[in-house]
Amino acid sequence: MNALLAADLPYWAQSLLRVLGGIVAVLLPAGTIVYVFLFKMMSFMQSRLGPMEAGPYGSLQLVAEVGKWLQKEDITPERADRFIFKIAPLVVLVSTFLLVAVVPFGPDAWFTNFEAGVFYMLAVSSVSVLGILIAGWASANKYSLLGGLRAAGQLIAYELPMVLAVIGVIIQAGTMNLQQIVVAQNAGSIFGWDGLGNPYILTQFVGFIIFMIAVQAELTQTPFDMPIAESELVSGYMTEYSGFRFLTFFIAEFATAGVFALIASVLFLGGWGIPFAWFDWSTIDSVDDWMNVVGPLIMVTKMMLLAFIIMWVRFSYPRFREDQLQRFAWKVLVPVSLVNIMVTAILKVAF
Amino acid sequence: MTSTESLIDRRQMAYIAAQASDARVNVELETEGMTLNIGPQHPATHGTLRIIARLDGEQVVWAEPSCGYMHRGYEKLTEVRTYPQVTALINRIDWLGSFANEVPFILAAEKLMEIEAPPRAQHIRTILFELSRIANVSLFLGDLGVQLGAVTPVFMAFRDREYVLNLIEAATGGRFHPNFDRIGGLKDDLPAGFIDETRVVMKKLRNFCDEIENLLFGNEIFQSRTRGIGVIPKDIALQYGLSGANLRASGVDWDLRRDQSLPMAWNKVDWKVWTHPDGDSFARCWIRLQEVRESTRIVDQLLDTIPSGPVMAKVPRIIKVPEGEAWVSTENPLGEMGYYVVSKGDLGPFRTKIRSASFNNISIVPWVLKGVYVPDIITILASLYFILGDIDR
Repeated sequence: MNALLAADLPYWAQSLLRVLGGIVAVLLPAGTIVYVFLFKMMSFMQSRLGPMEAGPYGSLQLVAEVGKWLQKEDITPERADRFIFKIAPLVVLVSTFLLVAVVPFGPDAWFTNFEAGVFYMLAVSSVSVLGILIAGWASANKYSLLGGLRAAGQLIAYELPMVLAVIGVIIQAGTMNLQQIVVAQNAGSIFGWDGLGNPYILTQFVGFIIFMIAVQAELTQTPFDMPIAESELVSGYMTEYSGFRFLTFFIAEFATAGVFALIASVLFLGGWGIPFAWFDWSTIDSVDDWMNVVGPLIMVTKMMLLAFIIMWVRFSYPRFREDQLQRFAWKVLVPVSLVNIMVTAILKVAF
Repeated sequence: MTSTESLIDRRQMAYIAAQASDARVNVELETEGMTLNIGPQHPATHGTLRIIARLDGEQVVWAEPSCGYMHRGYEKLTEVRTYPQVTALINRIDWLGSFANEVPFILAAEKLMEIEAPPRAQHIRTILFELSRIANVSLFLGDLGVQLGAVTPVFMAFRDREYVLNLIEAATGGRFHPNFDRIGGLKDDLPAGFIDETRVVMKKLRNFCDEIENLLFGNEIFQSRTRGIGVIPKDIALQYGLSGANLRASGVDWDLRRDQSLPMAWNKVDWKVWTHPDGDSFARCWIRLQEVRESTRIVDQLLDTIPSGPVMAKVPRIIKVPEGEAWVSTENPLGEMGYYVVSKGDLGPFRTKIRSASFNNISIVPWVLKGVYVPDIITILASLYFILGDIDR
């Protein structure tokens, strides 16, 4: 097991490789999502071309943007709580890196293999709330304060449906280890037919929809973007940030979108496996080694598919009001996901 | 005896203690509220309107618009211009529907001089008037989406408004500021191919209206954000002097294009004045959508019936308006816009009073914003639809 990394490398080299891999796994999806969806797909939806000048077909636009942001002055408001103001974007970004640590990309291509991976994932995804809240508070700006408080209320409200939606998957897989969930899906069968495996999007469709809605809210994307709400609160908790700190928020926003799409594809789309695999899925060791190379590519494909849905919704919907959003979470999503858990549990016992 | 008395005593003491602790908690929880300055630099005020809102949490306790950040003194400036020069100024009042600003002033001057534009000029004036209404209100329909958080509709609005602006540019030479209306007629006749092109564009605009209706007005989030938000009853709307679509959305059947007999071509075609009984934000937006559709119908019918003839009446080379006073108002894209022109027989007006629609329309803001939430401020401001130049002049 883990032949790729554990072979002959000393501990420090392994750690270094993992850190580099983590950075790639966070920044590469973020950059791809920004270019493909934010720059290009949004432009095509709005009958324009998007960036065309930097690089072939505008593909280096993001590099140009990063260069621009790095040159900008790093402004701290006079009455801001300086230390907290400065670490807030990093706290948000750290939660993204903590999230990617449990995502499996192949039979041996993982950063950590937690037994309680799902639990850990749900726990660290709430760290970003803290960053957003302290960013809103420390900016000493009324718009930021309103945005930060809105974000806190919203993210806490949508944690719950997300947890409840994932419980259905855990019941079905019988494990909280994300790697084992992938195996359970690909080794599974639907009514005795195992051609497709059993990706949980088929049996947990309600859970998948609730999970994606909760992800949309966690990412503060439209229609749940009232913490940012550029037409009301200017930019919410990001109003006072400039230069590199704004860039950190920006990266965190899209990197988290990518990581949540990765997690959703692990939980519901069968992770790094594909249907009609020609090798034995009975245990993790029976999977061929070359899946460590192909697995990440499959994961990225699935991630792009889910990120496309997230962004598609983002660019077409108007936003909710704060009270409507809370009502939607507590009166619709939570009851529906509770019913979903009950039905899943009954069916699990019955079959 | 002592036991019952002490019991009552204890109850009383407990009650008093509870009251006292309640009071302490109330004092502790008493939040002092917050004054939020929305604007003058804020994305929702599209211009430099400032709204001072006193908030309790996210609820507005008291709000007041503060305007004048972009006052350009047009009323005073008209006094040092000649009549033909004034139109170049006043089409900057409502910069999205410029041609419509020129018409009432020219009509007032014509009324004083007792001349009337020839029928062809009246028709072309009406066509351009309605085109500028379409350009103005279609941008509103897209901007509405941005205010509510949907980014895509505004680009569709910009795309389709471009066709209308191209038409206006083809006819007048200016995309935003035509300066085309003259006392006694128009500067020029229509260019070749204008009529066919306009028909095509009107079809595109009707498609745009359908698109917006499907994309935005049919959206459940949009409806829940606008329905029942910022309701203005009929009598309040009349008291505050609202006009245009804001008034019709409150159920008042009042449209100056139909109710007045001006030397324009509106009464020669068949169209409908839409009203809505609700008076909420959705009604105001919906009325404007219907108005764009009606305007395309008006333009289509006018294109069929353009009479031939000159576009300019016989007027002296140097225009001197005889002594007198005249008031002419028309139904502009934003509401009633009128000019009260006082002439002393000189080259320019002695005094001009400009009644612009937005200034009166936002006067209802303190009344309608009381008790709403912060996101609803944006919805209500967007649905009241003002142009900053039209408020501050």
